[in-house]
Amino acid sequence: MAPAASVAVENLNPKVLKCEYAVRGEIVIHAQRLQQQLQTQPGSLPFDQILFCNIGNPQSLGQQPVTFFREVLALCDHPCLLEKEETKSLFSADAISRAKQILATIPGRATGAYSHSQGIKGLRDAIAAGITSRDGFPANADDIFITDGASPGVHMMMQLLIRNEKDGILCPIPQYPLYSASIALHGGALVPYYLDEKTGWGLEISDLKKQLEDARSKGIDVRALVVINPGNPTGQVLAEDNQYDIVKFCKNEGLVLLADEVYQENIYVDNKKFNSFKKIARSMGYGEDDLPLVSFQSVSKGYYGECGKRGGYMEITGFSAPVREQIYKVASVNLCSNITGQILASLVMNPPKVGDESYASYKAEKDAILQSLARRAKALEDAFNKLEGISCNKAEGAMYLFPQIHLPQKAIEAAKAAKKAPDAFYALRLLESTGIVVVPGSGFGQVPGTWHIRCTILPQEDKIPAVITRFKAFHEVFMAEYRD
Amino acid sequence: MARKPLDYEELNENVKKVRYAVRGELYLRASELQKEGKKIIFTNVGNPHALGQKPLTFGRQVVALCQAPFLLDDPHVGLMFPADAIARAKHYLAMTPGGLGAYSDSRGIPGIRKEVADFIHKRDGYPTDPELIYLTDGASQGVMQILNTIIRNERDGILVPVPQYPLYSASISLYGGSLVPYYLEEEANWSLDFVNIRQTVAEARSKGITVRAMVIINPGNPTGQCLSEANIKEVLQFCYHENLVLLADEVYQQNIFQDERPFISARKVMFDMGPPLSRELQLVSFHTVSKGNWGECGQRGGYFEMTNLPPKTVDEIYKVASISLSPNVPGQIFMGVMINPPKPGDVSYPKFTAESKYVHESLRRRARMMTDGFNSCRNVVCNFTEGAMYSFPQIRLPPRAIEAAKRAGKAPDVFYCLKLLEATGISTVPGSGFGQKEGVFHLRTTILPAEEDFPAIMSSFKKFNDSFMEQYEGYSRM
Repeated sequence: MAPAASVAVENLNPKVLKCEYAVRGEIVIHAQRLQQQLQTQPGSLPFDQILFCNIGNPQSLGQQPVTFFREVLALCDHPCLLEKEETKSLFSADAISRAKQILATIPGRATGAYSHSQGIKGLRDAIAAGITSRDGFPANADDIFITDGASPGVHMMMQLLIRNEKDGILCPIPQYPLYSASIALHGGALVPYYLDEKTGWGLEISDLKKQLEDARSKGIDVRALVVINPGNPTGQVLAEDNQYDIVKFCKNEGLVLLADEVYQENIYVDNKKFNSFKKIARSMGYGEDDLPLVSFQSVSKGYYGECGKRGGYMEITGFSAPVREQIYKVASVNLCSNITGQILASLVMNPPKVGDESYASYKAEKDAILQSLARRAKALEDAFNKLEGISCNKAEGAMYLFPQIHLPQKAIEAAKAAKKAPDAFYALRLLESTGIVVVPGSGFGQVPGTWHIRCTILPQEDKIPAVITRFKAFHEVFMAEYRD
Repeated sequence: MARKPLDYEELNENVKKVRYAVRGELYLRASELQKEGKKIIFTNVGNPHALGQKPLTFGRQVVALCQAPFLLDDPHVGLMFPADAIARAKHYLAMTPGGLGAYSDSRGIPGIRKEVADFIHKRDGYPTDPELIYLTDGASQGVMQILNTIIRNERDGILVPVPQYPLYSASISLYGGSLVPYYLEEEANWSLDFVNIRQTVAEARSKGITVRAMVIINPGNPTGQCLSEANIKEVLQFCYHENLVLLADEVYQQNIFQDERPFISARKVMFDMGPPLSRELQLVSFHTVSKGNWGECGQRGGYFEMTNLPPKTVDEIYKVASISLSPNVPGQIFMGVMINPPKPGDVSYPKFTAESKYVHESLRRRARMMTDGFNSCRNVVCNFTEGAMYSFPQIRLPPRAIEAAKRAGKAPDVFYCLKLLEATGISTVPGSGFGQKEGVFHLRTTILPAEEDFPAIMSSFKKFNDSFMEQYEGYSRM
């Protein structure tokens, strides 16, 4: 008689069981099954293609990488190329010299070796220089930890901050579910603060304060505030005044400010610009020691969209030396992040400049991508707003639209009968009718009784009209079926 | 003044408990000395390229082409890259809509997981399911993920060999579990002693610990021993009867330096043993691109393979993997090329074989040189490095040295290693970083310094050691 299986759902780590991540959750798994069905039984579905609009993965939908970055990476991957004559005719001169410069900062030019656990020093210097140039305030290479994407950095901070289920982290609702998932995984409490849909997803300090006090009255020790700017899924870019208030709030309440700034290069409106929270804090007069602040950046977004490389960093300021040692120690257990991602992080923060041979083509590629993203954001926003019962805030930045779907009561009941959340029910029907994959708003959090979907703006521009047409057709049928 | 959340006292206790000596005190001191201009030989971590080992050309050619696909469009690409590298790059690019810059499936690119499955099938003679193979950012991420899935609280215990690679002890601390040590027998070539293991498990259980899993590292780190088929059978039977999941760290499977015990995977032995064990025992096996003849540590490529895990458990593991979106794509391609290298008849085959053979045979020579070199030193006894990349000599420290260490506020092996570092620039890791029996001291070094530097390094070590022993023991009574 075999003993009961050692590792079964009944005896797994409950924190693993509790966490959820809708971006690659149920709807997406179903979409992958349908995609396989299209291959094995063509014509068996009312559409001929699955369109993944669930995930901020630009290059999977045809966005091209920045040529200069790839030139440098290829040369660093295979430095023998630098000794070949043909290389000069295949690669730009500044890519060649940048690769040489980068290789010179790597001990032994060994891109296959584990590096310093915070990342190669020379690359951190380049990142620090890029931050300084962006903000006008100095940044220090020792404050930078290069990670396999921004996500591991977030996990590290949650691990550090969360001691038990009474430690709380303030998170925006709606939020990118990495935060809810990692808080659950590390056994803490998510303390929600609601962004206001009616004011373009504005952040009210009074609401923040209310949620904080509420949590404290329940015995929660609130330790940090997560701000995502530009927002995901909401796309709003914070106004400077708002940012001042947030910094003051963290200072007064003794909170660590965790600033997710991965969409800093994705801004589509002229009346807003990106200000890093470090810049805001320093310009308010808060120095190094006055405010614990972590800024997360990634190579996956912006105009570079290099998701598959897993590159990113966190910049940590306002922490004591013993704490920094602990962060270093945890980073060292994994030895180091992947070298390609490290190099890319340094390129993203230190791209070609005016006068460089590649500058013109680099700038053209960058502008084309960002302008196209802005056009797609607008086209989809307008299209959603024309549909019955749908209201969609503008995407000022990031890569997503988060329209609210006012679902008729009949639809809500049909969802209940199907044992699905109403927005998941809608998203599933959308998928099955059109092949378009979105993520239900419940995956991000929303005001109870409201329903949303998150849809990326990433399908190539020439596909957008078809997306709009298909979506419109589906929605009209859906509303006809369930209209009260 | 109110406590701030990131004051040291306010940190997660589990984080504070973590120890990872491989980049701990000795390494930090060595880095300081290096900054001051001292020449340091870093033998603290299995990092071959950092010590001059060259990457295998084929892998780099394939990844460079995937990185910059515009090269494939150039009419002259055939002058710069061999045809099979070009074909292989196209093969992998065809598997990745969006190329290297897109998040892949959270489990890794399906086509590469299929290649890994084919490799395992060919190696072991038993088929495996690509759906149960997950690519990860290095094997370490896989180990941490699996341990985090298993460990619920401090009463969950994980059987770990001592000495062990401290990723295991660090992860168990981080996730709040209990490390249940089983001691490898140094005098019997670091073998497993099941009497001891059973005792250890009984003791743990009497303290209220639920032992959930057993880790084996084969070939061993830091100890280098290669398990025999009989050993592995015993391990499997033990895990089956005690209801443990077996975690088989097999990252050094390509680094075998003797002929008596070639590598045999835990999975193969399990299937050879047949049902019911082969159908019920839960097994997770780990592999990497960081070791072997490849040594591509910086790429962060690895995988774990699950056998006999219930589908719902696999779903949970998938869920957690999906939060990190995907393993890095270049690392996945390195994994593909490693387990599916050039074959006889391929253009790159001769060069690839020559490069790999060179690395392998040199490592084999260095394993022997280092063992013999340590054994020629006073008060040093060293088991042969049968596999992996390390040497773990026992240093018989004289009582006066141990006292001096106490006075200096250091563990005796830390004291010895610091003095070794300051005298010679050789940066090792004290045995206490890996665990050892009480009162027995070791250090871990790698066999990775360049072959031509070996005589100088071993003689430098010997000079230091023998004078250290003289200082603390007096003249040898030989």
